[in-house]
Amino acid sequence: MSKKQHIVVVGNGMVGHHFVEQLSQSANAEQFEITVLSAEPRLAYDRVHLSEFFAGKSADDLAMTSMDLYQQWQVNFRINAKVDTIDRQGKTLTTQTGEVFSYDKLVLATGSYPFVPPIKGNDNPDCLVYRTIEDLQAISHCASKSKVGVVVGGGLLGLEAANALHHLGLQTHVVEFAPQLMAVQIDKPGGDILRQKIESLGVQVHTNRATTQIVAGDSCRHKLCFSDGEELETDLILFSAGIRPYDQLARQSELDVGERGGIVVNNQCQTSDENIYAIGECALWNNFIFGLVAPGNTMAKVAAEHLQGQSASFTGADMSTKLKLMGVDVGSIGDAHGKTPGSLTYRYEDQVNGVYKAMIVDSEQKKLLGAVLIGDTSEYDSLLQYMLNGIDLPAQPESLILPSNSDKPLLGADALPDTATICSCHNVTKADVITAIDEGAVTLDFIKSCTKASTGCGGCVALLKDVSSNELSCRGVEVKKDICEHFPYSRRELFDLIKIEKITNFNDLMAAHGSGLGCDICKPTAASIFASVWNEYILDKKHQPLQDTNDTFLANMQKDGTYSVVPRIPGGEITPDKLIVIGEVAKQYNLYTKITGGQRIDLFGARKEELPEIWRRLVDAGFETGHAYGKSVRTVKSCVGSTWCRFGVQDSVSMALFIEDRYKGIRSPHKLKFAVSGCTRECAEAQSKDIGVIATENGWNLYVCGNGGMKPRHADLFATDLDDETLIKYIDRVLMFYIETADRLQRTSVWMNNMEGGLEYLQDVVINDSLGLATYLEQHMDSIVGTYQCEWKTTLEDPKALERFKPFVNSDKPDSNIQFVEERGQIRPARPEEKTIAIVVQD
Amino acid sequence: MTTLAYADEQLSTATQSQRWVDICRQDQLIEDTGVAALLENGKQVAIFQLALKAQQIYAVSNFDPIGQANVLYRGIVGCVNSEPVVASPLFKQPFSLIDGRCVTDESISISVYPTRINDGKVQLLISD
Repeated sequence: MSKKQHIVVVGNGMVGHHFVEQLSQSANAEQFEITVLSAEPRLAYDRVHLSEFFAGKSADDLAMTSMDLYQQWQVNFRINAKVDTIDRQGKTLTTQTGEVFSYDKLVLATGSYPFVPPIKGNDNPDCLVYRTIEDLQAISHCASKSKVGVVVGGGLLGLEAANALHHLGLQTHVVEFAPQLMAVQIDKPGGDILRQKIESLGVQVHTNRATTQIVAGDSCRHKLCFSDGEELETDLILFSAGIRPYDQLARQSELDVGERGGIVVNNQCQTSDENIYAIGECALWNNFIFGLVAPGNTMAKVAAEHLQGQSASFTGADMSTKLKLMGVDVGSIGDAHGKTPGSLTYRYEDQVNGVYKAMIVDSEQKKLLGAVLIGDTSEYDSLLQYMLNGIDLPAQPESLILPSNSDKPLLGADALPDTATICSCHNVTKADVITAIDEGAVTLDFIKSCTKASTGCGGCVALLKDVSSNELSCRGVEVKKDICEHFPYSRRELFDLIKIEKITNFNDLMAAHGSGLGCDICKPTAASIFASVWNEYILDKKHQPLQDTNDTFLANMQKDGTYSVVPRIPGGEITPDKLIVIGEVAKQYNLYTKITGGQRIDLFGARKEELPEIWRRLVDAGFETGHAYGKSVRTVKSCVGSTWCRFGVQDSVSMALFIEDRYKGIRSPHKLKFAVSGCTRECAEAQSKDIGVIATENGWNLYVCGNGGMKPRHADLFATDLDDETLIKYIDRVLMFYIETADRLQRTSVWMNNMEGGLEYLQDVVINDSLGLATYLEQHMDSIVGTYQCEWKTTLEDPKALERFKPFVNSDKPDSNIQFVEERGQIRPARPEEKTIAIVVQD
Repeated sequence: MTTLAYADEQLSTATQSQRWVDICRQDQLIEDTGVAALLENGKQVAIFQLALKAQQIYAVSNFDPIGQANVLYRGIVGCVNSEPVVASPLFKQPFSLIDGRCVTDESISISVYPTRINDGKVQLLISD
């Protein structure tokens, strides 16, 4: 057996990782021993989605690989291992820590670094860049003590950085040297529309501005001085003025580099030393540096194939791109500026809705050369296919970008040639998808994991779904959305069946549409739908076996099997007398007491048998159940509003009380949280709620589908300056539409993210009544509101229901395994080692 | 399989260390859901009666070995591949009502008690 070739890869960014994956997972993998040296403190992560770090993603979420995976792939690796020198004669390299590695072939994937313009004062600690997770941590830290932030550079990355500053709550400015934003990717009219849209979101754009120096500020910590004499005060400066290749190693070892940097490579990605390859943003091909991940991945693939003796070559790459910048859809395809001689341009502009589309065609109007899309990128996928595959344009090419009520020729999934690129990040063609399906991939997830399609920037998800569904249905495969093994239906289908066939209980549902005994997935789902449609008492004999334990005992089970009790405190408003009752109950039953995030009081440590007595006292004192145990409307958080607050512009407490009273107890696919703020200072944090209401001088702004929790999501501004009546009407419709169409345990945030057409579609359904459902949705909501009952009041009046709260069917002794100890003056569950050991707890 | 017939067989072969113990009246059980019972030895049992299984009664230990609490009678009953199970209300693992094994982690199991109805009373076969 011949000795393995030793491949050393310097750099573990996205492209370096892609190379490792290509080579280590190839059929010839055993011929190579791979060593990866990363200067960063962690292995490869997804830099394309870096901004999601601010949206709550952790470094782990962004990771593209792990030490375990590399070990499994038998790839050696070192982190924090910056390479210092290369000895090309001896074929070794030395790291900063003095470690020496020898190589047979070397791959440089060192990437690039952010260019910081040589402006006087650019070295102060508030001058930052946007490239690595460490950079983002520094931005986050600096933003916490800043009011104003400026991004220098109005390109793609600059706007993403501006979005991040905006979300961090800074007054945000973008300063651009060129006369327009995103000058590389889009034309001037497109740049103007983009600017308008971004400014309307509250970010100020300054074009044609050359920064000359940064000096101490008057109202802020710093001040940018421009060549035209203007100035801009700021606390934080973020440079996003392009990238420069990391090519020092190549320079030191006297490899050819470009005049303006970049390691010169040939079509096989080899540098001037045939034993050294360079790929990604450090490589200069045909005097061009590709600053996108897709071409980098193609280079990685070419280098990996060339190392295996195959005749691969890199021949340039498509730089088309589609993305959402600050909520604005932007697409750029091919020759966006119409630089091809003889090219002609079609333009469509809608200033009312802020939509701009331009299409560049050849002189004979036969082929598409490029396109710019702002505000609406729905045609991006088909335009890209026309361009990449040289598909002949229809007789009236302009019809491709005109609004959809005109006769738009559709480029369906079948019409695409097999060579059509579906995913440009991983260079997956339609033929690759078909092969994967032929080899047995029958779900979208499976196809994704086989082909890697849609796992890069994710921009092609919709196209991949179309192509896969089309291919699968051609083969007679149905795309499964079954809720569980007992029902061949999705939640939404079950909802329709229950409603249309007027099914009122689980046994009938099972007899008509299911099989088996059911399970802990379909039973609570059915119970929730029955409650949403018919709104009967949930502990009715026929519904009780369907409920999750929290619903069964109308309280929240804790780890030791005890329950917590949450009385409703509408809007967080409570009288001293009621507060005293809660205190007395907690004291009498020795309950641990804690204030919740929803402005209520949670009483922990109640044994099941104590719940009826506790609730009898609470109900007698005028409390209602808080539904903290249900997948249902929980709380409406509020600030004191104009009644007390100097800044309040509307009576937020009254509105919160009205809303809580209207929607309390409504069962839904998942829990629902609301808030009402009395002014734009937003003390009730309404933008993190499923339904958020913020007072304005003229009425109320409605926000929808926000979420705190595991994956925080800012609510979308849905409608502005509403009067009371319209506000309630819209909330009725949004909630009912959610309840009818969402999946099981799908929060409104995910429901919105998965909705085709997104916010605009929901606005269309709710505000413009595009589906003709508005009256129906309101009537359905009215019927649920009209049949509300306090479940605890009903339960206390039913002796049979109270039987179930006894500790045992054959004994009144309490469960001896439930034991407490004291901590900070209150109880907490005893840990196993703290429990009295004489008691038998298990067999 | 723990059927009534099997339970009767158990009775005929019950050794001196095994005996049938009265737990409660059958009408105290709640169809398709569980109740907890306390045995003389301090152990707790979760008892289920399934309407779709011809009112068959199943009894398993009430102690959830994963969540370490006496809660299994409060789980939702159902089936996995037509085998009746109860899902722990704490972390949702399904336990077979037939043999007590955790369906998703067969290294874990809970004890199962043969049951029968005698003169309107629910009885469990207990080994001393």
